[in-house]
Amino acid sequence: MTKKKKISKQTRSNIITYGIVILAYIIVQTMINTGSISSLMEGLMVPLCIYAILAVSLNLVVGILGELSLGHAGFMCVGAFTSAFFSKCMRGEMQSDGLRFFLALLIGIAAAAVFGLLIGIPVLRLKGDYLAIVTLAFGEIIKNLVNVLYIGKDSAGFHFSTQDVMALDADGTMIISGPQGISGTPRDATFLIGVILVLITLFIVINLTNSRSGRAIMSIRDNRIAAESIGINITKYKLMAFTVSAALAGSAGVLYAHNLSSLTATTNNFGYNQSIMILVFVVLGGIGNIRGSMIAAVILTLLPELLRGLSDYRMLIYAIVLIVMMLFNWAPKAIEWREKYLSFGRKKKEAVK
Amino acid sequence: MKMLKKAASVALAAALALSLAACGGDNGGADSRDPDKFYIGGIGPTTGDNAIYGTAVKNGIQLAVDEINEAGGINGYQIEYSFEDDQGDAEKSVNAYNTLKDWGMQMLVGTVTSAPCVAVVEETHADNMFQFTPSATSVDSIQYENAFRMCFSDPAQGVASADYIAENGIAKKIAVIYNSSDPYSSGIRQTFEEEAKSLGLEIAASEAFTADSKTDFSVQIQKAKDAGAELVFLPIYYQEASLILAQADTAGFDPIWFGVDGMDGILSLDGFDASLAEGLMFLTPFTADSEDEKTQTFVADFEEAFGDTPIQFAADAYDCLYVMKEAMEKADVTPDMSISDICDALKTSMTEITIDGLTGTQISWTADGEPSKEPIVVQVEGGKYTVLK
Repeated sequence: MTKKKKISKQTRSNIITYGIVILAYIIVQTMINTGSISSLMEGLMVPLCIYAILAVSLNLVVGILGELSLGHAGFMCVGAFTSAFFSKCMRGEMQSDGLRFFLALLIGIAAAAVFGLLIGIPVLRLKGDYLAIVTLAFGEIIKNLVNVLYIGKDSAGFHFSTQDVMALDADGTMIISGPQGISGTPRDATFLIGVILVLITLFIVINLTNSRSGRAIMSIRDNRIAAESIGINITKYKLMAFTVSAALAGSAGVLYAHNLSSLTATTNNFGYNQSIMILVFVVLGGIGNIRGSMIAAVILTLLPELLRGLSDYRMLIYAIVLIVMMLFNWAPKAIEWREKYLSFGRKKKEAVK
Repeated sequence: MKMLKKAASVALAAALALSLAACGGDNGGADSRDPDKFYIGGIGPTTGDNAIYGTAVKNGIQLAVDEINEAGGINGYQIEYSFEDDQGDAEKSVNAYNTLKDWGMQMLVGTVTSAPCVAVVEETHADNMFQFTPSATSVDSIQYENAFRMCFSDPAQGVASADYIAENGIAKKIAVIYNSSDPYSSGIRQTFEEEAKSLGLEIAASEAFTADSKTDFSVQIQKAKDAGAELVFLPIYYQEASLILAQADTAGFDPIWFGVDGMDGILSLDGFDASLAEGLMFLTPFTADSEDEKTQTFVADFEEAFGDTPIQFAADAYDCLYVMKEAMEKADVTPDMSISDICDALKTSMTEITIDGLTGTQISWTADGEPSKEPIVVQVEGGKYTVLK
């Protein structure tokens, strides 16, 4: 009986998580249709989905696997550039935009997953600070590699260079031109696609967490030696979590690339700034808390845009809000205060039990 | 109790979703607009790495707007002006654009940097809004017919530099030091080398650095020296160029230095020994030391208003406003016209006007948005800029 109750509690929590996303989608979509939403908010919807996916996927590594990864934006970068590369090549050659985007999505995800696997094999031998530093370096390497890559296409096929733009035939086009990146990617990403991807991400992460594999992954986090002693294949499960997380980040990258028509790799979008930002979403929303990291991503992406009215003080206020939120969420005194005065706290959970 | 918790959770989720959707939910832009004013928006980085350029553009526009408003406005209508920060990031730039649209923007002056401009031009094209960038140099940033630019494009600068060097027989053997992680720098370098080769100049060395390693240039300088370059072409900004000049001096390498418009400002750089820049030539549309009366007034006004010497970005932005004024007067644009009508009217009138600005004389535009103006080559002589051409 108690066991059954526990499962249903878990399911209920999941339904709430999915429900939030679907409800938010329905409300926003109605507002867009009736024209009662500002252009800013309408334009922010796809980025919100992107950051929610990134936060949830990083939570898989940081929260469930318990390893600190600072190279998450690197996987996003791989997904973004491979898919944009494909879309740019196929633009005008494929009849259906939907099919082209779907293929681009698969390619982006697959490429990010392959990179996740390749990086994961050597890197996951490390742990803690060492892992964090190596993943940070990986993210920077990807960013710098993309910045020196020149790829062009003409009737003779593809041309590669890491030096400069090479001579192409008259009918040739540059696809990736070094630091100028890819421009002219079709804008295929829509809010609906974003929401569907968020739901798929949630579905994958939540189900993985609650599966046999997920419990194995968490056992590695809680006690590596104990897990090993009962015969859990540590490398396998670590790689599994890492690769799935990379693949999901890749899907966010695909959305990112297809939401803007210019794609360049800079510190702000694919460098360490972005990786740290995603980590902030995860930490603020609660390490291991899927729903929390999704909400934190939405709030922290919205905040600087909604503070635009404050002009020069915007980033200052943003930083202060960040600190206050972090304290409110995690300081022991703040937790104590919340339990005392707010109806939805830990105390209530205990009361239910 | 359990039911209560369930209900509370659902209510909470609903509240969250609602607050999410309700944020900034007013769509009042077009309605709350004053019908007797033009709404002009600007986008550029006022924070982050490129803040110096964004701030210059912001101030340049502000100065022009104040002057125009004082002189009676455009076609008798005053200008409302708002500038939004994009941190030099394409994604933020689109957000800034949407914010300005909510504010009621009818015409856009921006964006300042190239990559965001490529993203924003896609939006203005979809809305058919007139866009005029003061300083985005990449080719794609004005790829649609609704977008125009004030500055030279990357290819134009590269070609003009190579032509000038070849025509005046300044040097035969050339080395290039450029920033491979910067679209502006690598864009100019590419066309410069192509043009130089076709003119029979020899590119003896072409050395790159990146944004992550822009303090030590000894390797690049040594390679240029070993290759026997008579002239070193520097398609980069003045901060890095000042380091290159200083380090070349230490290495005993003294070629002719040739730069592009990013070099403007090198003499006023703090802690830079101006004697190192002696003989440095560069291509620029504007220098604050010009003897020209118009420039003198602009520099004096700018310094008074913002306490800062204007760089060419400010001059470009200032010119943008006067060009738009001219075009709008020509086309008889009024604020009650729709955004799309204003754009269509300006598209035609932009190609019909010729204007003398701070950044060039007799400037005119073609339908593809490129300005035709003569670049000025200046040389540093005795610690001052002297105009050569």
